[in-house]
Amino acid sequence: MTVDWQTIADATAQGAIYALMAVGIGLVFGVLRLVNFAYGQLIMAGAFALAMASRWGWPVWGGILLCFAVVIALSMLMDRLLFRPLRTQSPAVMLVATFAVAFLLQSIALLWFGPLGRVAASLAYLNRPFTISGVEIRKIAVVAIAVAAVCLVALVVLLERTTVGLQMRAAALDFRTARLLGVRANRVIAVAVLLSGVLAAIVAIMLTVQTPLVTSDFALRDTIVVLAGVVLGGLNRLVPATLGGFAIGFASGFLGGALPTEKSQYLPTFLFAAVILVLLVRPAGLFTRGRGAVERV
Amino acid sequence: MRAVRWLPQLLVPAALVGGAALLGLVVSASTETYFVDALVKVAIVVALYTFIGNSGVLSFGHVSFVALGAWTAGVLTVPVAEKPAIMPNLAHFLRDTTVGNVPSLALAAAVGAAAALLVGLPLMRLSGLAAGIATFAVLEITHNVLRYYEKIGPGLNTFSSVPETTGLGQAAIGALIAVVVAFAYQRSPFGRVLRAAREDPAAAAAVGISVYRQRLVAFTVSGALAGFAGGLYVHLLPINTETLYLDLTFVTLAMLVVGGVTSLLGAVVGALAVSALDSFLAVAENGASLPFGTLDLPAGTRLVVVGALMAIVLVLRPSGLTGGREFTLLRRRQRVTKEPAPVSSSR
Repeated sequence: MTVDWQTIADATAQGAIYALMAVGIGLVFGVLRLVNFAYGQLIMAGAFALAMASRWGWPVWGGILLCFAVVIALSMLMDRLLFRPLRTQSPAVMLVATFAVAFLLQSIALLWFGPLGRVAASLAYLNRPFTISGVEIRKIAVVAIAVAAVCLVALVVLLERTTVGLQMRAAALDFRTARLLGVRANRVIAVAVLLSGVLAAIVAIMLTVQTPLVTSDFALRDTIVVLAGVVLGGLNRLVPATLGGFAIGFASGFLGGALPTEKSQYLPTFLFAAVILVLLVRPAGLFTRGRGAVERV
Repeated sequence: MRAVRWLPQLLVPAALVGGAALLGLVVSASTETYFVDALVKVAIVVALYTFIGNSGVLSFGHVSFVALGAWTAGVLTVPVAEKPAIMPNLAHFLRDTTVGNVPSLALAAAVGAAAALLVGLPLMRLSGLAAGIATFAVLEITHNVLRYYEKIGPGLNTFSSVPETTGLGQAAIGALIAVVVAFAYQRSPFGRVLRAAREDPAAAAAVGISVYRQRLVAFTVSGALAGFAGGLYVHLLPINTETLYLDLTFVTLAMLVVGGVTSLLGAVVGALAVSALDSFLAVAENGASLPFGTLDLPAGTRLVVVGALMAIVLVLRPSGLTGGREFTLLRRRQRVTKEPAPVSSSR
């Protein structure tokens, strides 16, 4: 196993993107206790928006705007049509429901765009490498790390310094008490869903640079891995969840790049075995202290 | 007298299975395959129900037991002469062994049960969300291992040359066995205790029930049924690891949810109803002629409709088509008024 800087840069970039996805999933989980299995399909929709925009010859900023519009509209729609009526159900029922929506969206995309998908190439130049002291690093790696850092800082400011941020933190701790103290449930949930949609759009843009071919199962694998990472880190706190997402992205990017194929093909097995182990041994997650959201018998 | 109450609960699901099989006999050979497929799906969904319905705990992992059963029955029934062609790296004892159709199904059930017991020993402590995610991890691990570990099966290749013994007869008998086993389990003291624990885990624990042990029993029984169903499946058509992965997990869960998670009748009705819809759409994708004209749907409509149906049922009628109740002749008109649960009551 040779350690080279290129692999580390790529792995860090993947960790950064996964960290953003983890935040997107964690924000909604905080207020709704809902694991959104369909998060990857939001990203997929954004990626298709970019692909269609570049096909219609729109400028890059037009494509990015369309991507944001589509993803945000879709996530608000999901909240209104699915999350709201199911809010009183158990987390397991909501997980099954988002599983159904994930499949619904995926099969709609398959029906609409066909099995070959579309190509989103308007930002492909970011995939080219540049050289620092003999090491080739892809531009997207730097962009992804920078964008993720900016997003996370902005999010911390929002959560710590604004009223709605305070309300979201309160709701994540204890939704019922927060409501009793005058936090408006629909508003807090809408803001959380909106933010997670914004993050999904950003992730969509960065993932299409890495894999320009957009098919109906775009981001599906990533979402499954991020879900595992979020559980590893600790589902019910945002910072551990983000760390978990980053760690699993970095680990799978690094091991996938550094290990030979006959070993790295079993990577998912070790990843998910680790998930099971953490659920059993430290149900609250690796990076948290105290009790978690996990019930046991 | 008591038989009047419980007998229909077994006979009605069994009659539905039998009815579907009889209907499959009279239709053309090309339509018959849809009926065979539906009956195998009944077996899988009943297996799923045996655990999820009785325990109230979610599992995304049952398709891994279906896959293990399929691998067992498949590897052991491919003729010795043809094994090197599709499974060149097979372990020696598997390369030299072949068994008949019925023993292969029995072994598939045994492997399913053993795997479920092994997985259940640690996992049955988990409930709710954690159980969902952990069982999903089990599915991922099984899929990953079966895909690349070529000593125990064809790996990425498709399971060709497995004797295609699952015709209408074997599928119907298989589905009936699954229904009878599931019914026997839910009528047994084990099943009753677990259903009580599903309704109120705290009360069940308070009267000395080990919820963990009861769930483990249910998981093992349903793992056996899932392995058995996997054996039926591999004898039906050439499959590979992708056949036994997310799509099948989704479709079978959708069937259970649409029918009604908490009753055997729901599992059977859901599997048959969704299969009927799915088959109809599959025919329509190839252009179907109906009394009022031809219907020609674009390819891929099936999963859209099934996905939408599942989401709609979950939102509008979470207890499914059957309301999660068994069939009874003397329906007691008794309505329990439930208070609407507060937001996020489940914390």
